[in-house]
Amino acid sequence: MTTSELTELLAVGLQETAWMVFVSTVLTAVGGLLLGILLVLTAPGGMLSAPAVSSVLGFVVNVARSLPFIILLVAVIPFTRAVVGTTIGTDAAIVPLTIGAIPFFARIVEAALREVPPDVVAAATAMGATRRQIVGKVLLREARPGLVAGLTITVIALVGYSAMAGVVGGGGLGDLAIRYGYQRFDTQVMVATVVVLIVFVQLVQMAGDLLVRRLSHR
Amino acid sequence: MIEIQGLRKTYRAKGRRDRAVVAVDGVDLSVAEGDVFGVLGQSGAGKSTLLRCVNMLERPDEGTVTVGGVELTALKRRPLRLARHGIGMIHQHFALLSSRTVAGNVAFALEVTGVPRNERRERVAELLELVGLGGRADAYPGQLSGGQKQRVGIARALAARPKVLLSDEATSALDPETTDSILRLLLDLNQRLNLTILLITHEMTVVKRICRSAAVMRDGRFVESGAVTDLLHRPGSELARGLFPLDAPTSLAGHAVVDVTVSGEEADAPLLAEVARRFEIDVRILAGSVEQLAATRAGRFRLALPAGDDAPLAFLRERGAQVSPAVAEPVARPVDRPEPDETAAPTSRPDIQGAAS
Repeated sequence: MTTSELTELLAVGLQETAWMVFVSTVLTAVGGLLLGILLVLTAPGGMLSAPAVSSVLGFVVNVARSLPFIILLVAVIPFTRAVVGTTIGTDAAIVPLTIGAIPFFARIVEAALREVPPDVVAAATAMGATRRQIVGKVLLREARPGLVAGLTITVIALVGYSAMAGVVGGGGLGDLAIRYGYQRFDTQVMVATVVVLIVFVQLVQMAGDLLVRRLSHR
Repeated sequence: MIEIQGLRKTYRAKGRRDRAVVAVDGVDLSVAEGDVFGVLGQSGAGKSTLLRCVNMLERPDEGTVTVGGVELTALKRRPLRLARHGIGMIHQHFALLSSRTVAGNVAFALEVTGVPRNERRERVAELLELVGLGGRADAYPGQLSGGQKQRVGIARALAARPKVLLSDEATSALDPETTDSILRLLLDLNQRLNLTILLITHEMTVVKRICRSAAVMRDGRFVESGAVTDLLHRPGSELARGLFPLDAPTSLAGHAVVDVTVSGEEADAPLLAEVARRFEIDVRILAGSVEQLAATRAGRFRLALPAGDDAPLAFLRERGAQVSPAVAEPVARPVDRPEPDETAAPTSRPDIQGAAS
């Protein structure tokens, strides 16, 4: 394989990975935040204390997190078809990626929100803050460093998951490494792919760390 | 300004219905407008729960809480939220938003109370000036000392111009000098803004420095409560013992040993010299001190006078002193002992307080 062919392969793979990870990260951030907030609010003794809702949500999250990603990928195929109209390709891979990552990120959100000291929440309540203000201006705002750190972890997990998107023809770097490196014993492509992935992950982590430092004033 | 009647609050240990802890067990409390009222007690006495019931951070099981004429216990969520704007609160561990600057923390309180954006900046500056933090508006709480953090807490609590300030062990996490400066600030605010202050503390110093009224709380109940001056003159007062501990024998051969409390002008009058001269007796001071309290100057002594003559004691009483036979004071005084952190969530309190009893 010539260098230009390799570069071409990597460029396409990187683009696909970046797209899948980007879109599913955006969707996961929104979905995971909502679910995480709901987990905290409905917990027994929480602001919207609803133990029944809380345990159902918790159970669903745990089930989703128990499934190996490859199984989830196949299991949600009917849903994928309904949402994006096709079951193969990069866009089709985004659906299971998002579904897999939301419960993961939701637990991270839950943990980050619980880190906010209870007396800070009590102080806001004592001032006469509304529940909306407490969630938005106290919980989410105070937990920002933890949320960003958690999102960084989620993005990198998504990079890993996206390697399996090849099963539904999603493409991407991970798929490239599996097809060329694993199935065809093309060490050159595999090493090159892995190097690109390492750099990608490093950059994501560094960006995340930088942002966390910016946000943290403790 | 604050009226509490028959307040009761019980915590049930999680999953163990049989193990309930009565945190507040029938408390009546009345704080007059402009007063500084201190509730003194050890950890687990229920004072923290009592305070949290005043602004309904905890819903009492029984009893009524009325602040500024509004019965809070009867309010639904929304009116309660609005009523809370009129009640400031400061906390032992400051409870500031770490992600906002000093100015941002004060502005938060204004946002919550619905002060329009364009008025906030000016009001924030004014409040920070009031608590002596004018120059630190852009610092983050993480960059401040404990005393400065509490000043931010106070500025924030005053943002909505409340009539009442609740103080939850506000100086317990501070060193003595900083405690002093915060107490001076509170007293100053009390006088300048006619702010009614209800505070809970385990530190005798706090009562000594700023409280005009006080209550001693134990096992969820008030052991005694009232104006500090009145309590000092009440025989057997725990507050008197706490403020003026007398570490001396209660008997002396051939002598009557008495505890004498004086306050107001008499605290500085040459009363003992007068007794000695007038009755030509030797008066021994076994223990005692005179101190400046927020309410008054006061002193308490353990005296030994020659036995068999009641005239000197009658004279002391006549001059406004409270005189009673000396009583040995328990080694463990009711208050002024360091206590563990009280920030634990209410649900875990029963365990902390040792529910086994």
